[in-house]
Amino acid sequence: MKQSITLGKVTKFMGLGFLSTLKDLFTGKLDKEDFKNFLRKVFVPLASILLFIGLWHVGSKYLYNREADFKIEKALTDQGPAAAEAMRECIASGDISCQPNTLPSPSQVWDSYKSLLRDHNIISADKAAFIEKTATLNAKRIAEGKAPITYTGRPSFIDQIIMSLKTVFAGFLLALIIAVPIGVLIGLSPTLKSAFNWFVQIFKPVSPVVWYLLVFMIVKTILIDSNGDSSFIISFISVGLCSMWATLVNTAMGVSSVDKDYINVAKVLKLGPFQKVFKVILPSSLPLIFTGLKITLSVAWMVLIAIELLAQSPGLGLFVWEEFQNGANDSNSKIIVAMFVIGIIGFLLDRIMLTIQNAVSFNKNDGI
Amino acid sequence: MTTTIEKTKTDSITNTTLFPSSQVMLDLKKLKKVYPTPKGDYVVLEDLNLQIRKEEFVTIIGHSGCGKTTMLSMIAGLNAISGGNISVLGKHIKGPGPDRGVIFQSPSLMPWMTSLQNVLLGVNQVFPHATKSQRNDIAKYYLQKVGLEDAFNKKASELSQGMQQRVGIARAFAIKPKVLLLDEPFGMLDSLTRGELQDILIEIWNKEKITAVMITHDVDEAIFLADRVVMMTSGPKAKIGDILNIDFERPRTRKTVLEHEDYYKYRKHLIDFLEH
Repeated sequence: MKQSITLGKVTKFMGLGFLSTLKDLFTGKLDKEDFKNFLRKVFVPLASILLFIGLWHVGSKYLYNREADFKIEKALTDQGPAAAEAMRECIASGDISCQPNTLPSPSQVWDSYKSLLRDHNIISADKAAFIEKTATLNAKRIAEGKAPITYTGRPSFIDQIIMSLKTVFAGFLLALIIAVPIGVLIGLSPTLKSAFNWFVQIFKPVSPVVWYLLVFMIVKTILIDSNGDSSFIISFISVGLCSMWATLVNTAMGVSSVDKDYINVAKVLKLGPFQKVFKVILPSSLPLIFTGLKITLSVAWMVLIAIELLAQSPGLGLFVWEEFQNGANDSNSKIIVAMFVIGIIGFLLDRIMLTIQNAVSFNKNDGI
Repeated sequence: MTTTIEKTKTDSITNTTLFPSSQVMLDLKKLKKVYPTPKGDYVVLEDLNLQIRKEEFVTIIGHSGCGKTTMLSMIAGLNAISGGNISVLGKHIKGPGPDRGVIFQSPSLMPWMTSLQNVLLGVNQVFPHATKSQRNDIAKYYLQKVGLEDAFNKKASELSQGMQQRVGIARAFAIKPKVLLLDEPFGMLDSLTRGELQDILIEIWNKEKITAVMITHDVDEAIFLADRVVMMTSGPKAKIGDILNIDFERPRTRKTVLEHEDYYKYRKHLIDFLEH
């Protein structure tokens, strides 16, 4: 029995229903009721996005003027009218040295986005050239048993996104490996629950920063002999420990609240503990486990930025921090670009989790 | 005055229905169930005696909350016994087990499994030494018996309530229990589906002759299916109030039962008891 997979099914499954409405618009399959739906699902969000950009534009212009006025005022009081006039001219000319440092406008952010992409292309070309240049030398070095020479240039924005994703997935996997089994055990046994409960309650609200410091203390000492870079290890472990609590609590709740009917069936059939857990309890608590995992992934992505920043581990967090420290003219708009990228990736991760959840759970939830 | 009459009546019932032990499948002796509450103990069942013979179909009828379900889940081993004992073929029961199959009020299928997997869950447990294909055959046989030959691989969550309960029936029969316990299995179904499932149940039962105890609220259902209808008094301290033998021949059809001259006599007896 093969089910046909249509665009409509796939998009609805992923909680992106508006895409199929959009398709219907272009294929002319909309009647009046559908058109209303279309307005609500496509037009209204688009309008609100435009409104948002408009408000942002106006707001940033106001902030820009305020900052500029302040600069001119300051020049006037500190250095006199001539300096104030020079400052006014300098700002008006758009010279980089005297631009007000404030919230960038949407167009500036868009320019920065394009410049980051250009930068990425340059760096990847550079990297490709480097690899080509060192290919023969590296082959020789490997043949001689030496380590190959690797590219040590600055990572591009895209490289940093990929590194952040790696860190977050490593952290997420760690959370999954720790939290699901412990959650199942706690959910199954009231004794273990009372043994672990204080632990969960105390460590759940601890801030990411403190987790980072704790992990740093431990990992630094464990890896004292290795001279490699431990920042990745520290950051993914911290991310995992920060984010695992939602999964732990949800799994425990899911396991301990399995429908009594199912438990009775398992009892009447005298299922062994292994079968009871894997055939009855785990499948029936999957929806809650996945709700937990979804929260875990979004928390992981959120704390990742802060932890990368602290750990100096390459990634988006470090990118944001370096741009802030850098203080270049377009630093602020690059930070905003990073903010949007972080937001959009977070949204996509959430959708991916929802898709997996829908695929494995027996009761289908609609996306929110 | 009335209480003494009641007492002698129940005593006479429990005494006169003592069967030779070789015939008895299920024996409840001085069964008691107490739920502790903050205001003191609440006695649901007290001094309840009931014997059920091999290959007998017994229905239990009584007002809501009188402790029918409590009694059945105690027989199933899902509810602790406060006093007295329950034995199957002379052996006291200890907890639940596949010798007593249960069909629950809600179908209680695992919604993430197919109907075949749901039945196999029990079959694998009871016939661990059979080959995989043998166990598959057993499960499929019973699913065919309940009319689900086209739905082996359908997820339980995709089946209608009535079809789910059919799987529940197949699952219970497939583990070949000594006693089958049915807790208002058709209570949640519409009357048409209910009739259909009664026919299916009685058809399989005629073949397998598994001792069956079934709770029901439906007087017609109680008469149509049973060899004996057991009437329980209202709680607290519920016990067996009266037992009615239904002497229709088997196999029965709904039509012959409804047209039988004794049918309304039985029906009146039961309704008189319930309205008492």
